[in-house]
Amino acid sequence: MNAESSVRVEEKLFYNRYLVDVGHPHIKVRAHMKPSPQLLALLKACPARCYELNDKGQVEVTVDGCMECGTCRIIGEPSGDIEWSYPRGGYGVLFKFG
Amino acid sequence: MIEERFDAIVVGAGMAGNAAALTMAKHGMKVLQLERGEYSGSKNVQGAILYADMLQKLVPDFRDHAPLERHLVEQRFWIMDDRSHVGLHYRSEDFNEELPNRYTVIRAQFDKWLSSKVREAGATVLCETTVTELVENGFGKIIGVRTDRRDGEIGADVVVLAEGVNGLLGTRAKLRERPKPNKVALAVKEMHFLPRETIEARFNLRGDEGVVIEAAGTISRGMTGMGFVYANKECISLGIGCLVADFQRTAEAPYRLLDRFKRHPSLAPLIDGSEVKEYSAHLIPEGGYKEIPRLYGDGWVVVGDAAQLNNAIHREGSNLAMTSGRIAAEAICQLKSRGVPMTAKYLALYKKTLDRSFVIKDLKKYKDMPRLMHTNSQNFFLTYPQLVSKAMQNYVRVDGTPKAEKEKLTMRSFVNARSWTGLLGDAFRIARAWR
Ligand SMILES: Cc1cc2nc3c(=O)[nH]c(=O)nc-3n(C[C@H](O)[C@H](O)[C@H](O)COP(=O)(O)OP(=O)(O)OC[C@H]3O[C@@H](n4cnc5c(N)ncnc54)[C@H](O)[C@@H]3O)c2cc1C
Ligand code: SF4
Repeated sequence: MNAESSVRVEEKLFYNRYLVDVGHPHIKVRAHMKPSPQLLALLKACPARCYELNDKGQVEVTVDGCMECGTCRIIGEPSGDIEWSYPRGGYGVLFKFG
Repeated sequence: MIEERFDAIVVGAGMAGNAAALTMAKHGMKVLQLERGEYSGSKNVQGAILYADMLQKLVPDFRDHAPLERHLVEQRFWIMDDRSHVGLHYRSEDFNEELPNRYTVIRAQFDKWLSSKVREAGATVLCETTVTELVENGFGKIIGVRTDRRDGEIGADVVVLAEGVNGLLGTRAKLRERPKPNKVALAVKEMHFLPRETIEARFNLRGDEGVVIEAAGTISRGMTGMGFVYANKECISLGIGCLVADFQRTAEAPYRLLDRFKRHPSLAPLIDGSEVKEYSAHLIPEGGYKEIPRLYGDGWVVVGDAAQLNNAIHREGSNLAMTSGRIAAEAICQLKSRGVPMTAKYLALYKKTLDRSFVIKDLKKYKDMPRLMHTNSQNFFLTYPQLVSKAMQNYVRVDGTPKAEKEKLTMRSFVNARSWTGLLGDAFRIARAWR
């Protein structure tokens, strides 16, 4: 992922309104040493770029910009790589237009 | 412990849930509707074309007060390669009728309005409440729900699952499987604001006339997918969606695909100078008839996207959602007035009625289309669009090559790319799946 595209999606997320449920992330990545192919796919497939590699080469998720589409659940839940729920009622993304 | 009882609980306040809650409340049932968003619509994403007929059945005078954007007078289909598009445009003055057939809407605003009708009809609508679990009585019957808002359970004779494409509760309760990556598409979308006059000039519209563009081709990079551009009053909704399995396979980032679509020379002038006010993402069920799960059981029914009721070929979903919600609700009202229990035996009436409606009939008609598109995505979304563009260029460019030779060249390019058997096979397969 080059710098140009990473800037772009973050800029996009600035248009949106969120109510972040601090301390209660609705998605969790199972602890791992080496990421599975499914986890690696999420680095690209997540439309909000919530998944990133840390410096140990493991996949981490930051849900602040999550649009709750469920793509990562479809890809990563069957293998047990991630745990996925909706945010608590009222939290998360708040679409004005949708 | 059951604290409170309702005739029916509706999970979700999208198109299907609102249709169901409204229908039951109008029949005087005691209805509780639970929605996780701040308001109905705040989590929902759509293109969005609204089909009047299905809404009219719920709110007959909707045209007088619903937040409608434009009535559609023109439909454009574009086959795109990287630098061109071949288009089929259908525009008719017939669509400037007294009761137009299709409108563009803005989903968050539309849902909010429809939800106000649900409240007026007497349903209790509780937003900012995520349903976390279905409650079962130990014998497989669903008897209520648990939420993240209050302790304890809320009981009901029947639970209407209108929870949308992800269908988390139904999966958790093992009523149906999680959608598979090759049966759902991820769509990303933006709202581009422009002055009203600019939109009307660029799209050749008068007053509230509207237009939609649906586009396929190299924009999806060989993935099974489509782009769309919908004109609203003061904004343009545009986006692109492809199968999740294809995103997984190709490692294309969705927002890059969207950016490329926006920068396409056929599209860029239409949105030039616009102000983007939102970026959204949502899944769309694409599996069609073969992916429809069990639709009812003891104490529950499932409606709308959660039941995968979506006609991907015609880009129809909200109308199937509204219709399935209404039909399920009418069945429930009928059982209630007959005084029979909400068990699978009696709730079968919902499926029986739905089977006779356009919802299941249309999905059945196209039952083989999803597979055909998915297994041949390279041909349908990459090779053919490129060939069509080449053929058109060859046809219109005047360069002194004799016409007969030009036709031969075009024909040869098709045969080289797909071979005669490939071409005939594709034509045959499409004809059969469309039949
Ligand atoms: C980009 C895009 C373009 C589209 N374009 C069109 C179009 O032009 N025309 C058309 O007819 N269709 C279109 N569709 C399809 C259409 O949007 C859907 O078919 C329709 O919204 C389905 O309605 P639904 O009520 O089943 O689900 P949704 O509208 O998704 O509603 C589900 C609701 O349930 C709530 N919910 C879910 N789980 C819980 C829970 N556990 N607790 C509480 N609440 C919960 C959600 O917050 C949501 O409000 C499009 C879809 C997309 C993504
Ligand atoms: S739900 Fe969608 S936006 Fe949120 S992290 Fe998963 S893929 Fe990204």
